[in-house]
Amino acid sequence: MLEKALIKERNNSFYGWLFFLLVLIGIGMGAYIYQLIEGLTVTGMSRDISWGLYIGQFTFFVGVAASAVMLVLPYYLHNVKEFGRITVVGEFLAIGSVIMCMLFILVDMGMPMRVLNMILHPTPTSPMFWDMVVLSGYLLLNLFIGWNVLEAESKGVHPPKWVKVLIYISIPWAVSIHTVTAFLYSGLPGRHYWLTALIAPKFLASAFATGPALLIIICFLLKKFAGFDAGKEAIRKLSLIVTYSMCITIFMVAVEFFTAFYSQVPGHMATLQYLFAGLHGHSGFVPFMWVFAILSVVALVLLIPKKTREKESTLLIGCISVFISMWIEKGLSFVIGGLVENPLGRITEYTPGLAEILIIVGIWAIGAFIVSVLYKIVVSVKRETDVYSANTIQISTRNEGL
Amino acid sequence: MDISRRKFLKVGGASILALGALPLRNVLAGTPGSYKPDSKAKKAKNWAMVIDVNKLEDDLEACIAACHKIHNVPDIGNPKEEIKWAWIDTYEHLFLDNKHDYLDEEMKNKKFLALCNHCENAACVRVCPTKATFKNAEGIVMMDFHRCIGCRYCIAACPYGARSFNFRDPRPYIEEINPEFPTRMKGVVEKCNFCAERLAVGLQPACVEASKNGGIIFGDLDDPNSEVRKALAAHHTIQRKTNLGTQPKVFYIV
Repeated sequence: MLEKALIKERNNSFYGWLFFLLVLIGIGMGAYIYQLIEGLTVTGMSRDISWGLYIGQFTFFVGVAASAVMLVLPYYLHNVKEFGRITVVGEFLAIGSVIMCMLFILVDMGMPMRVLNMILHPTPTSPMFWDMVVLSGYLLLNLFIGWNVLEAESKGVHPPKWVKVLIYISIPWAVSIHTVTAFLYSGLPGRHYWLTALIAPKFLASAFATGPALLIIICFLLKKFAGFDAGKEAIRKLSLIVTYSMCITIFMVAVEFFTAFYSQVPGHMATLQYLFAGLHGHSGFVPFMWVFAILSVVALVLLIPKKTREKESTLLIGCISVFISMWIEKGLSFVIGGLVENPLGRITEYTPGLAEILIIVGIWAIGAFIVSVLYKIVVSVKRETDVYSANTIQISTRNEGL
Repeated sequence: MDISRRKFLKVGGASILALGALPLRNVLAGTPGSYKPDSKAKKAKNWAMVIDVNKLEDDLEACIAACHKIHNVPDIGNPKEEIKWAWIDTYEHLFLDNKHDYLDEEMKNKKFLALCNHCENAACVRVCPTKATFKNAEGIVMMDFHRCIGCRYCIAACPYGARSFNFRDPRPYIEEINPEFPTRMKGVVEKCNFCAERLAVGLQPACVEASKNGGIIFGDLDDPNSEVRKALAAHHTIQRKTNLGTQPKVFYIV
């Protein structure tokens, strides 16, 4: 499949896109070498803000990866046939996202050359150990499932039975990756913003808004640039999933405000005050949180009414708003906000370093590169099977005519 | 030669087995290492510290200087990347949950020694994905600088701000290197170790030694006759953030 998609079907604009991504990857690699030499001092992290954008991006993309289940579950458990054409699009998005997650963890490490210590000295009391286990498992599951299903389709046969077993396993597994990621935060004493059981459900809900929103955007791009049509009904169903998940997410964000400000417990209020209004004269995140708030409202206003949800242009604006607002909430403010008031009650601000940003851009480019190559294969296989089925229909109608 | 194929295989096989078993025996039943604990070593079931804040006030800086010198703690000169095993802080920052608006001036301005609490129920030990942070047999929360992967999960988990990360190579920032204790490299976490390396050769922790007025009492929390237990019985003591269930082992007489 690979050779056919990449070599036989030459496409200069596609190669141009890959080359552009390679340049970004190269710049990111250069920045990472610089970080390896100088240490994490090149980032904006500090003794107090000890986790920054890397871990934020990691958390965000675990969500994107987990969201593939929003296609797999309806298709395989509820026989939602419309998703049959795009489940593999979701699975391949998960592959790219999980690889990005692993890279974000790696670049965050002070001693990346010792990463195998996690396997040499496995520690079941650490959620980070379990996160490694579930993320690697999820990557393997999606690689096997996506590849086998697509290969079967390209050969015009049904996928082998054992793939179906893996698919059923992958459904709770997807939930597990984001739950364990939430447990990284929600079990730490003295970090009030994180110390709530709501983190895992909020992560899942926001993932199921963000991932499908990104899929809608991807389907639009695939239609425009690769002539792959996901089908109107699939997009309609996806947009419903985005809408409900977004409503639940915003609800969960809002109830945190009630608990913090009605209880008036200072530790619970501190982070929300810092993020949305500023605290003790520090207000670096306030503009971002306003963008988050405005985009969330825009998203809900465009997605809830059926009319705007079903119109392509407004749906797209809605989905882009969901993606950016959720990126700010989970990828930016969640991790840094939890650390902003240090254990001694002092506030430290965080501004990412240039190398840090370039490394992040590089990892985004790696993700985009992997996903682009995989989607090229999907598109070429689907095009072939479309032609085949169109031919069989023609043949059968001709036969009927005879 | 009169040797059957069967016999040849038998003898050959047995020889190979014996040869193969020899190194195995060395591994399994090999002589134990020659390491023996120092006979002078100070021993305890559960090390703990009582800080008499009033007595310690004049020795605070000397304590911190002694600790940082012995342990090759660098002076980075940038609060964002600061490395500190012990530091001076005030009541309202160390005892956040007990501060109020009408605290007397004396207590408000009093200087306290802050350091790792060597929690009985340490969150940092629980979260470390490689056991680079662990509790030793004498209740001290230790760091293995050579196993740490620098994920900084322990920093997020510690509710006392006791841990520092080497954002850059610390060696150029050490004034005079003490060859008795390892220096660190960039990318690992470090913190106070209750001077485990000094206890092992029968010395008191550096800060205890430097507190000339007896401002720091160090001893076995599990021994009812120890100095720390006597001090705890005789004085009202407070601790940092007891409501988190970490069971810190540093007590303050205020």
